[in-house]
Amino acid sequence: MIQEVVAVRNLKKSFKGFQAVKDVSFAVHRNDVFGFLGPNGAGKSTSLRCMLSLIKEDSGEISLFGKSMQSSRREVLSKIGSIIEKPDFYKYLSAYKNLELLARISGTSVSKSAINDILEFVGLEGRENHRFRTFSHGMKQRLGIAQALMHNPELIVLDEPTTGLDPQGIVDIRNLILKLSQEQGKTVILSSHQLSEIEMIANRMVIINKGKTLIEGSVNELLNTSQMVVRFQLDDAHRAMKLLQSDFQIQAKSSELKQELELEIDKMRIADVAECFVKNGLRIYSIEQKRKLEDYFIKITQDL
Amino acid sequence: MLLKNTINELIKIIAKPRSYIGFGALTLLIGVILLAMKADGKSFISFVTASFEETLSFNGEILNGNLMAFIILQMLIIHVPLLVALVTGDLVSGEAAMGTLRMMATKPISRSAILGSKLLAGAIYTFLLTLWMAFMAYGVGQWMFGAGDLIVLNNDGLVIIPGDDILWRYLYGFGLAYLALLAIASMSICFSVFSDNSIGPIVSTMSVIILFTIIGSLDVASFHSIQPFLLTTHMSAWRSLFEMPVPGPAIINSIYILLAHIVAFTLIALWKFNRKDINT
Repeated sequence: MIQEVVAVRNLKKSFKGFQAVKDVSFAVHRNDVFGFLGPNGAGKSTSLRCMLSLIKEDSGEISLFGKSMQSSRREVLSKIGSIIEKPDFYKYLSAYKNLELLARISGTSVSKSAINDILEFVGLEGRENHRFRTFSHGMKQRLGIAQALMHNPELIVLDEPTTGLDPQGIVDIRNLILKLSQEQGKTVILSSHQLSEIEMIANRMVIINKGKTLIEGSVNELLNTSQMVVRFQLDDAHRAMKLLQSDFQIQAKSSELKQELELEIDKMRIADVAECFVKNGLRIYSIEQKRKLEDYFIKITQDL
Repeated sequence: MLLKNTINELIKIIAKPRSYIGFGALTLLIGVILLAMKADGKSFISFVTASFEETLSFNGEILNGNLMAFIILQMLIIHVPLLVALVTGDLVSGEAAMGTLRMMATKPISRSAILGSKLLAGAIYTFLLTLWMAFMAYGVGQWMFGAGDLIVLNNDGLVIIPGDDILWRYLYGFGLAYLALLAIASMSICFSVFSDNSIGPIVSTMSVIILFTIIGSLDVASFHSIQPFLLTTHMSAWRSLFEMPVPGPAIINSIYILLAHIVAFTLIALWKFNRKDINT
């Protein structure tokens, strides 16, 4: 039986007249790496802040581990490790001291060796006594992950953890998340504005935009859908359009200026269409294919 | 959890450079006053007592450690609130600005415990600052100038307090000064809850003290009804301990009013902090 670790229903939150979250709903199952996807300003961080009781929602239901935050706040938060927006620590304290301070209020007993182990796990061994203000952005992110993990939480919430990292840092964080999920069985919520990032590590996801949930489901189902958006570039778009209508009963958008044709089609039929064009003497210069969801996500991102 | 986080708060206060500004400033200010009085104090005392010398003859050393502590306490009680607010006004808003309040609020600790631990840590810091002021003003003063009878000039005239009747007055006096500074600390923490930057609460606290001091000193009929309830009116309650006889009911009234301020500011801060959206 699928166990819901997080259930958010019809979440709404506004700030001084501006409605940041209008209607967000999603559910995270145990052991999910759950992608929380949306363009910048979509309401991702606000939703996560509501989920972790940093801000009070105007309406809606939030349930974590089957309990409400209002009635079981301490119990629920002791099972969660999180980084919201960016990891901020006391600049005048060392990495170790920062973790020690947060460990003291983490709800569980965290030993000194556990702090050292987690620093080693995130690759900060040897830097534990350095002050936070001397850390690079990547090291700050690693320390943020260390504080999220040190009390061995069941749910890890990471809000855009790869923002500002160099390519190697992004790969490291991605591998770390996969390791947490696959080797330690953690449930991870990963917010991002990059579909490619979610696609690489998440098994389920939700897309939100302008404060509303647009779509939720399995990443495989949503992204590997057989329905594709295909763009043909050829020598006579007008004739190709007629062929599509007569032979395949497919409507397409054409641009005679660019000699382009864009159509929605099942991926199994792309070869048939191409063959038909060639047989009828059309010259194909390129075939570009995009998944419908990817196109959709790019479109909502560009609309902003 | 309250105790654990109070330890955290104290560690943060100890590690923050600004926490030492108060101690440094007190050491410097009191040191300068003591050294100046050591160098030229006799002429200063002669100037002050000149008008009494026709009717009174003074035997013994008027310029002694007890007088120095009195002068210093009187001079600094208006300035020390700034040193207290520098640290306590930053306790919540500084963390909001730094983003660490967000980190803390996602841990399994209640908002009330977070604020309660900050209030406790602020109270301990204020106590240590008062203790340092007492050590510098009374302890170092006694060491540099020695003991002796205390001559105090107040509204009723000249009061002479024998040297063996003074120590308890200073103990209670610094206790009252601490209570007044605690009221200032709770006010600046309360302002700190409403703000997301460090400067606002510190400036607001000092503005309120200046405003209340002006209202308290103006002889305007419409202010008379509020003057007895102003925090600043009771900040100098310690002076009453150096009157003969000591006005017990007036001092108890001051204690009640200072405590009422502390309770009121604490309750407002708790109310707001439990509803505060942490957006930084």
